Amino acid sequence: MTPLQEAHYRQAELNSRRHFLRKCTLGLGGIALGSLLGCTERSAATHVESYTPPPLAARARRVIYLHMAGAPSQLETFDYKPDLQKLHGQDCPPSLLRGKRFAFIQGTPKMLGPQTDFARYGQSGAYVSDLFPHQARLVDDMAFLRAVHTEEFNHAPAQLLMHTGSPRLGRPAMGSWVTYGLGSGNENLPGFIVLSSGGREPSAGKKLWSSGFLPSIEQGVQCRTEGDPILYLSDPEGMPRSLRGRSIAAINELNQRQYNEVGDPETLTRIRQYEMAFKMQVSVPEVMDISKEPAYVHAMYGTEPGRNSFANNCLLARRLAEADVRFIQLYDWGWDMHGTSRDTGLAEGLRDKCREIDRPIAALLADLKQRGLLEDTLVVWGGEFGRTPMQENRGGTTNPFLGRDHHGDAFTMWMAGGGIRGGASYGVTDAIGYQGVDERTHVHDIQATILYQLGLDHERLTYPFQGRNFRLTDVAGEVIRPIVA
Amino acid sequence: MRLLPSIVAVYLLVSCQPEERVSFNAAVRPIFNTHCVGCHGGVKQSGELGLIFRKDAMAAIVPGSAARSELIKRVRHTNPEVRMPYERAPLSEADIRTLERWIDQGAEWEEHWAYRAPTVVAAHAAVPAGGNRIDAYIADGLAPHSLTLAPVAPPPVLLRRLAFDLTGLPPTPEEVAAFVADPSEAAYAAAVDRYLDSPRYGEHRAATWLDLARYADSRGYERDRPRTIWPYRDWVIRAFNADMPFDSFTVLQLAGDLLEAPTRDQLIATAFHRNTPSNEEGGTDNEEYRVVSVLDRVNTTWEVWQGTTMACVQCHSHPYDPIEHEAYYQSYAYFNNTADHDHVWERPAVSIPTQALQSRVDSVRQWVEAHGEPEEIVQWQRYLQTREPVLRPYHFEEVIGGVFTDRGDEDFMVLQDGHSFALPSMSLDQVTALHISAGARDATTLEVHLDTPDGPLVGTAALRQNWGSVTVIPLTPTTGKHRLHLRVAGKTGGPLLNVYSVYPQPRLPGATTAGYDEIAMGLVDVVTSTDSVSVPILSENPPELSRTTYLFERGNWLVHGAEVRGGVPEILPDIAPDGDRLTLAHWLVSPKNPLTARVTVNRIWAELFGRGIVSTLEDFGSQGAAPSHPELLDWLAVYFGTELDWSVKRLIRTIVLSRTYRQSSQASPTLRELDPYNTLLARGPSARLTAEQLRDQMLAVSGLLSDKLYGPGVMPPQPEGLWDHIPYSDMRWETSTGEDRYRRAVYTYLRRSVLYPGMTTFDGSAREVCLSQRIPTNTPLQALATLNDPAFVEGMRKLAEDVTEQTADPATAIDMLHRRLLQRPVREGDREALLALYEDALAEYDGKREEALFLVVNVLFNLDEFLTKS
Repeated sequence: MTPLQEAHYRQAELNSRRHFLRKCTLGLGGIALGSLLGCTERSAATHVESYTPPPLAARARRVIYLHMAGAPSQLETFDYKPDLQKLHGQDCPPSLLRGKRFAFIQGTPKMLGPQTDFARYGQSGAYVSDLFPHQARLVDDMAFLRAVHTEEFNHAPAQLLMHTGSPRLGRPAMGSWVTYGLGSGNENLPGFIVLSSGGREPSAGKKLWSSGFLPSIEQGVQCRTEGDPILYLSDPEGMPRSLRGRSIAAINELNQRQYNEVGDPETLTRIRQYEMAFKMQVSVPEVMDISKEPAYVHAMYGTEPGRNSFANNCLLARRLAEADVRFIQLYDWGWDMHGTSRDTGLAEGLRDKCREIDRPIAALLADLKQRGLLEDTLVVWGGEFGRTPMQENRGGTTNPFLGRDHHGDAFTMWMAGGGIRGGASYGVTDAIGYQGVDERTHVHDIQATILYQLGLDHERLTYPFQGRNFRLTDVAGEVIRPIVA
Repeated sequence: MRLLPSIVAVYLLVSCQPEERVSFNAAVRPIFNTHCVGCHGGVKQSGELGLIFRKDAMAAIVPGSAARSELIKRVRHTNPEVRMPYERAPLSEADIRTLERWIDQGAEWEEHWAYRAPTVVAAHAAVPAGGNRIDAYIADGLAPHSLTLAPVAPPPVLLRRLAFDLTGLPPTPEEVAAFVADPSEAAYAAAVDRYLDSPRYGEHRAATWLDLARYADSRGYERDRPRTIWPYRDWVIRAFNADMPFDSFTVLQLAGDLLEAPTRDQLIATAFHRNTPSNEEGGTDNEEYRVVSVLDRVNTTWEVWQGTTMACVQCHSHPYDPIEHEAYYQSYAYFNNTADHDHVWERPAVSIPTQALQSRVDSVRQWVEAHGEPEEIVQWQRYLQTREPVLRPYHFEEVIGGVFTDRGDEDFMVLQDGHSFALPSMSLDQVTALHISAGARDATTLEVHLDTPDGPLVGTAALRQNWGSVTVIPLTPTTGKHRLHLRVAGKTGGPLLNVYSVYPQPRLPGATTAGYDEIAMGLVDVVTSTDSVSVPILSENPPELSRTTYLFERGNWLVHGAEVRGGVPEILPDIAPDGDRLTLAHWLVSPKNPLTARVTVNRIWAELFGRGIVSTLEDFGSQGAAPSHPELLDWLAVYFGTELDWSVKRLIRTIVLSRTYRQSSQASPTLRELDPYNTLLARGPSARLTAEQLRDQMLAVSGLLSDKLYGPGVMPPQPEGLWDHIPYSDMRWETSTGEDRYRRAVYTYLRRSVLYPGMTTFDGSAREVCLSQRIPTNTPLQALATLNDPAFVEGMRKLAEDVTEQTADPATAIDMLHRRLLQRPVREGDREALLALYEDALAEYDGKREEALFLVVNVLFNLDEFLTKS
């Protein structure tokens, strides 16, 4: 770029950032800015590549969020309830059912004791079941939230609530809010990248990384393991790379002449976007290629280049964190253990799924730590809700395998790194893990905390749409201070 | 950027003489909204003081005496514990002075401008030569800045702008050549009329409307199954092409079903509000998602026609505008009585029979018309069109054994051998048959008994295994009021029959007339045939099945408050009492409604100029932007609703014939600095093309574009695998063949969970909620798409191939291409650059001319000028 162009570009960037900060600091009750024709003359969103220092002190620069789509059972993993075993096989007392809404339980279900063995680990003495032998060694790096709750008890709405703050369609994803608030922080890669495994996408699908009403530039970019990792990354068939570089130079030369004649600053932004596109064509395939990782790393994660697996995605997450991608979102499908088949049975399917994720997660945490990345990378693990302490009995019948129905009143999540107090435990559930009885945290509190660690105030990160200032946490949410270091 | 209310306030303050009256709207309300209503507004009334309604505010205000007003005491207080705004910086002296003067002058409360009827005020400036009244109003805004309108844009630029704005397509090379040869006013006006008459006009206008209508070809949420609602999209295109007046356009979409004997098209129009997403995930509660849909219909209606953010009032009174919590549910009551219920079958629907079936439907209808009483005719028409009203499982009584699974993808009553249910007691004098919609898991006998499950047998049917079909059970003629019990028999040990609905069919008139038997037989064919396209529509429940509306406490649908009836906010003109949706629709387009015409002309204006006169198209409330040209807005609104008779075509014609619209968009750095967002309109509009326009332009310039109108969504090439991995869905993207591969973007199949990538990349709406304005962006992913998307590449190759055939000279080829794509000759310097690129490519491609030219086309397709309308 010429110095003049550079100056124009910086001006556009500054405008958009100023614009953001104004919105951000006014917040709800301030002046809604309405139409967002605020950055350059025509487009709302000039891509802000540099990391914008947030309003609050940041404890984390980036997030790796591991979502187990389908909702794993807290009772077989982290919430140890020996008393539930004593009730095993008994009819569920009516008092537990009164006023409750379930997805599939009908009539009177039976109580179902934990199907795994638990032990205590680390200095914190956290209970972990035998399904997670590798993660158990890292509990002193993790902070457990044991009484998370949500209103939603169906997958798609609950996933939407968890990731967009609302169970309905149309709101921006957490990652979009984060890149909107902080800038993508990256010249070569998108700021919000999504990887999925488990053979299917989560129930709420691509809506979980949609930018909703935020500018589409904040959209999460799904990196695929088949075809182009990012759509249209490959040049047209038969075009040599040298000609791509040559043609982009020609495009920018002609656009520059157009700018000189007409003077529309939007043209300059476009020149810049073509330069970035060309860089992405090189850097995305590079970062997505795990084949050159050393053998010990593959052994550590259990990865096999070329496969679509949660393990591969964990290794990719580390590579993306190293490349300073702001929000790295992993979805793993297959956690909906109703007991209608072997794969959805607690004794069989759950054990298999846990085996698939245990070593990679432990490897990811250890790897981030040894590279000094865990300090400023916040890792979050959880599902969209928990499971009932009752055995599911859909249609009043007995399922062939042991399974649990959806349950939103109490479940476990954990966070690690990024300024989180390792070894912390927050939240207490009742004797059967049915209800949180103390230190309950809502989905919106989780979101407020994630934003807080990144230096963003969830009440001030707002965006006007349909005449109202929206935020990720709707009208609720409180930072969970006890787990913040 | 919109003008900040406080800036307006300061401006007015400075410009006011001390004796001048302080305007509540212009000076006082902005202070309240900025500093006070967060705590003293519609959500919270701290210290029991609210500043939204006059009656509340007067608790702290003594009209005529600022000194005695608690409000002034508090904002002037020296003790920060007592001073307002609480725990915030004190108000500026200027703001406090404004409040004092306003109170001393009598504290006159004014309604927000948008709730007052528009009035016509003449412009000060004269109408310029070759322009119209719009230009006079614009000149009034330019004068204080010593600005004038820019010169008319060069003919090719102007024609390109006009063609995109009216048809969504670039002009043809012939049209450009003709206009360059004769760029007279008459030639321009002729071009305007030609574009407005083109069928392409309706296709283009539909795109914006479909964003408001949240139109999609799928249902949303987890499974995101297909929805057959494209006839609604086609209805919109036809309505625009026929220039249906906007008031009719409104009434039909909101309440076409409530007209007397509605036509099929009038029913299809009501699909506007059946575009709401539905949730079929297993285990979801149908009633919950019905409520979600009704909420969305309320919010959408208020956004589209009233520019009012009613969604703010769902949980509490409006934070800024004088709209009380209850008003939300008064609107809700109008929409709460339709028969749809988040059903997996998407009923009620209007049937569009195949041609063959249509003739049989027509013979039944004509028979009824010839032999029936007027009331019967209406009833039969409704049933033949919509198969409504039917009795659904939640109407069934005295159920023995049957289980109504009202969840997610199930909305039927499951029955086993020996199970039964009854229909509500009814007179059987006129009932001659039952139409049962059911799926049989195994061979099943269905018996109809009178009064008890073991009463006299009056009808029977044998059902074969099927997933869902209609069976007609003739009944033994019976008189008097009875309860009919339907009993199931078949294999024991498991579910046998899923019953969706039952229709007690009234006597077909004309029983004694010759030909009756044939018609009766034909009727059975008609109701049991599956040879129809079913389009979801609104259909009002009959009075005996109507729902009661309650206020939802804090917006929670499970916590009912007081019972509420239909109505509108007090701030707006009265509505006829005890009305229904049709009443609401008529009220919206009645001459006394202050918002509909303003909101509508503003949308059209924004589309043409890239920015509304009110820049917040969705919010005309006190938190929305103030109009940049209030007199122009009001004149346009009045003109549209009266002289133009709500004709959208004539409104657009008026605007594009103005000098303001025809200005060049070139601007000096000084002007850009003074007016970066072109609020004053001292230059013409400029905008990146929309997602639809980009695709359509590519097809048009490469000669691939099909001009086929209407029909089901099409699937142009998209990358492999995008639809894979969606849970519980076996839908496939089957790339269309023949001309369907090259249809306009408005026909591209729109699946909510996986949009066509070009739509996502170029800021298209996912059509989940009403969207008034797309936010234009400029991103590297857009560059990748126009550089590499195989669908675009196909068009580029075709063009390269055509031009290679026409000339062997690269300079000629480049010039031809440039004219075809950009409607003007290539610039010096650009020609040399493109030639040099061609030569490099030729060397790289071993002398293959077509390949080298392809690279040139690829470059031209990515020029800012090509992607932009200016």
